[in-house]
Amino acid sequence: MRISRTDFLRILLPGVVAAACLLGSTGCKPAEDGGGTAGGGSSASASGDEIKVGVYVSLTGDTSTFGTQSRDGIQFAVDELNAAGGVLGKKIVLDIQDDQSRPDEAKTVATKFASDPKIVAVIGEVASTLSKNAAPVLQRAQIPMISPSSTNPDVTKIGDYIFRVCFIDPFQGYVMAKFARENLKLSNVAVMRDQANDYSVGLADVFKREFQKMGGKITADVSYSAKDSDFRSQLTQVKGADAIFIPGYYGEVGTIARQAREQGINVPLLGGDGWDSDKLVAGAGGPGKALEGCYFSTHYSKDAKEPRVQEFVRAYTEKKGVPPASLVAQGYDAMMILADAIKRAGGADRAKVRDALAQTKNYPAVTGDITIDEQRNATKSAVVLQVKGDEFQFVTTVSPTGGGDAAAGESAATTAKAE
Amino acid sequence: MIFLKRAAGIALTLAVLLILSFVLPARLQDVVFRVVMLSGIAIIMAVSLNLINGFTGQFSIGHAGFQAVGAYVAAALTVYGHQRLFPFLPQDGNLPATFSGFLTGAPAMLAAMLVGGLVAAVIGFVVGQPSLRLRGDYLAIVTLGFGEIIRVVVENTDAVGGPRGFTGNIDAGISIPGIASFFWVYLTVVVVILVARNLRFSVEGLKYLSVREDEIAAQAMGVDTTRVKVSAFVLGAFFAGVAGALYAHYEQSVLPTSFGFIRSFDFVTMVVLGGLGSISGSVLAAVLLTALPELLRSSLGQLGAEFNQYRLVAYALLLIVLMLVRPQGIFGRGEIDFGKFFRRRRTAAVTALENEGR
Amino acid sequence: MDQILQQLINGVQLGSIYALIALGYTMVYGVLRLINFAHGDVFMVGAFVGFYSAKALKVAEQPTFVGALATLLPVLLIAMAACSVLGLCIERLAYRPLRRAPRLTALITAIGVSLFLVNGCQLLFGADPKFFPQVTPTGEAATIRMGNITISKDQMVMVVAAALLMAVLTYIVNYTRMGKAMRAVSFDADAAALMGINIDRVISFTFGLGAALAGAGGVLFAALTYAKILPIMGIQMGLKAFVAAVVGGIGSIPGAMLGGMLMGVAESLVKGSPSWGGFEPSRFADAVAFILLIIVLLLRPAGLLGRYAPEKV
Repeated sequence: MRISRTDFLRILLPGVVAAACLLGSTGCKPAEDGGGTAGGGSSASASGDEIKVGVYVSLTGDTSTFGTQSRDGIQFAVDELNAAGGVLGKKIVLDIQDDQSRPDEAKTVATKFASDPKIVAVIGEVASTLSKNAAPVLQRAQIPMISPSSTNPDVTKIGDYIFRVCFIDPFQGYVMAKFARENLKLSNVAVMRDQANDYSVGLADVFKREFQKMGGKITADVSYSAKDSDFRSQLTQVKGADAIFIPGYYGEVGTIARQAREQGINVPLLGGDGWDSDKLVAGAGGPGKALEGCYFSTHYSKDAKEPRVQEFVRAYTEKKGVPPASLVAQGYDAMMILADAIKRAGGADRAKVRDALAQTKNYPAVTGDITIDEQRNATKSAVVLQVKGDEFQFVTTVSPTGGGDAAAGESAATTAKAE
Repeated sequence: MIFLKRAAGIALTLAVLLILSFVLPARLQDVVFRVVMLSGIAIIMAVSLNLINGFTGQFSIGHAGFQAVGAYVAAALTVYGHQRLFPFLPQDGNLPATFSGFLTGAPAMLAAMLVGGLVAAVIGFVVGQPSLRLRGDYLAIVTLGFGEIIRVVVENTDAVGGPRGFTGNIDAGISIPGIASFFWVYLTVVVVILVARNLRFSVEGLKYLSVREDEIAAQAMGVDTTRVKVSAFVLGAFFAGVAGALYAHYEQSVLPTSFGFIRSFDFVTMVVLGGLGSISGSVLAAVLLTALPELLRSSLGQLGAEFNQYRLVAYALLLIVLMLVRPQGIFGRGEIDFGKFFRRRRTAAVTALENEGR
Repeated sequence: MDQILQQLINGVQLGSIYALIALGYTMVYGVLRLINFAHGDVFMVGAFVGFYSAKALKVAEQPTFVGALATLLPVLLIAMAACSVLGLCIERLAYRPLRRAPRLTALITAIGVSLFLVNGCQLLFGADPKFFPQVTPTGEAATIRMGNITISKDQMVMVVAAALLMAVLTYIVNYTRMGKAMRAVSFDADAAALMGINIDRVISFTFGLGAALAGAGGVLFAALTYAKILPIMGIQMGLKAFVAAVVGGIGSIPGAMLGGMLMGVAESLVKGSPSWGGFEPSRFADAVAFILLIIVLLLRPAGLLGRYAPEKV
């Protein structure tokens, strides 16, 4: 059968028609912004009396809990800023977009932000994989992006417009290894990691390396899947260790802990900021049950003495009825640091805001004093908390610089390179 | 004469695609252009799945697995083969949007597409083997299981990033090159549609259809049903692999979770919405399902985020209602007759074939 | 050796849940020749109903296992009732109109129902995980130790409860009028109809029964394995249970039980096996189900206990 062009057209046409419909709506670039993707740097003028900030988080899908909390924190910060008269006399307006916990959607949302000249800066994503997918687009469009809580070291390596206001995994892994080795004086620790979760795998690798470097021994390193609910098989393998490091999310940690106790494993369990949730204790069977006395590292403690933390916790609890989770505080900080940078930049110009962000020094944030370093990561301390009843009790602060902890930053930098 | 005409047609198509490849990114809003590109990749996936599910009536629900194979193999090729094979590509993977930039990327893209497609085809052959023995639902589960196995294997292969996803060789500072331009995506779209269309109206394609309609009768008529089924799998997997290569080099990052069985269901939905066996239906459904969320997002503006929560529920309901009201898909098994607008010559047999299922 | 034995015990417990869900798949397939993809999500709904009714009934930790079972029973019954209603609705609204439609259409609808349940629950309950309150006693009293082997009483309760439910099901299918009708429909629906069996009623009954089992599975699972209750929890469980049903021979009730146990044990053994050098088998646990499936299907295309039906011309 011979290819006749009309037949072929007939088949391709629906696609063409649909595409035409798509383009017909608002497809074409506005004439004044015909310069392509690059060079959008200074096109963001502070038009009118608004400053528009893009937010992309997961409101649906696997990680929607995280996204919702971050959004609440950001929104809370904006409400506070606007109630106080806005930034530079202008109201902050959020453009909140849901990326459905999907990397390609995150990229699409970033592309949408990139073609909106009114967007001054973007705050987003919690999950590192999603941040990594969206960041290159924003970098190319030269829009400053602040991740409130992506801890994977690769995120900010994408470019000089990508920032974060949290510490990175190598530091967190180091903190927990140091805490286990020096404070708890442990020498035999087992590791259980969520093999499909890059956060968990990254943290487990760093912990393992740092702990061994400090002279400790890793007795077992097993993988589990968070989608599972039976961890007894893996637990059988980690029996006998002095402690178990489980860098997973709070959703499965409670289950693992209960099954561990049931199997007669009564050693302390250690974790990272993925544990930090008011649901953690409920998942472990309630206060005083399976996770009692266990430790995890995280970004802030809501029991911190600083008045600014107390005030934030009080105001947020009053408004929302629940105390702010760590992710809420981080979202709040991201927005506040951005507002501070816009203030210092003296206007909503993207390039100037970027420069101002890069110069952030000792900003008194809720989650600690934040300084943005040359790699655009936040230099800030981590806290170790202990589960006590229904509460997380502050145990110690591990700071990245100064005194005996000087090695931390250095070590973090080297491991970051090794990643 | 016919040869000349055909050569001219091919040259014209290539030229048009090439021109569009430069005009569209410059003229269109970035997010719209992105939807155009993702739609193109979805078209390739839907039409190639249609070869398996629509033409031969086999039931594969692991098509994203083939895409994953193509994406990972192709990305590994351009990243790890960078020094030896494509030293002229920039290490950061970003090529200038010029003709010379296009030429620089062309050999790598072509190689990536071919290798990705061929490896996926080999896997397709392996997966197609059970189809000799398994029918219908059983085969569906095997393809689904195969997709899951691919995901688990990728998650445990550190060379391609494991669960972190693959963006390039970070130690060597080499990124996956962004060489999948409009030209390559839509060239593949044209090719896959042509292949599907020619197959459908050829003697070979009639064999495919006969396997779908009644396998035993087909066998009795001397159709080698085994060969037909396996070749459908191999062909479908090949194009899915090519689509994967394009996806990897457009997104410049691949993640195991992007190819889960939920994604496979998306493609199945496209094929079924468009009507099993209908090429134009697959094309339209692929474009529709890719563009619709974005259209909703932009038309609803600030409400979009709120609405998104309901969107997934609405989408599920739509799927159910559509199946209840019009189970043969929006367009049934025939092609959409845009041809009515054109002057055309057709044989009676083709007309009959196209009208079947309406 | 101890390790292997321990893993076997873990596997049986996991397998009993797989088997409970697999039964629903296999019964529906038997009477309707339909893969009810939404079945795993009925299991999820069961867990949610269990969670909320446990909260409403103010279920708390009981000092003894007998007490715990007595407390769990009303929760279990509520969830089973709610799920069977849900199963009936799904069948009536989504599947019945498609009974004569091509199989693929019905399958897509099933996927649609599944997506609807998952996303609907996400809207209704949020994506935040919920946790079942502790019902059974905790601490040392909760486990039985034999040398290096630990058996938790929770595990035993679960296996026994699942076994009881399966025994009841076997009785219904083999010794009641309705069960006889189910078997008849499964054997030849048209002939059964000619014999005066009300096919619609049989199919509805089957859906309700299967859904009740899934609901019971959901409650047992949430209450006794302490798993997080999430709208997406049914997808993975459902998939594995379905594979179990196929491995055992879909349409065969003893097959589903066997397949479930086999899957549970195989998975536990792989998850629990130590690493050989750099290779860690536990990382591949998710793939085990499917590898097992492919092997079994290649050797026995109709599953272990399945009836191989030659194509009639």
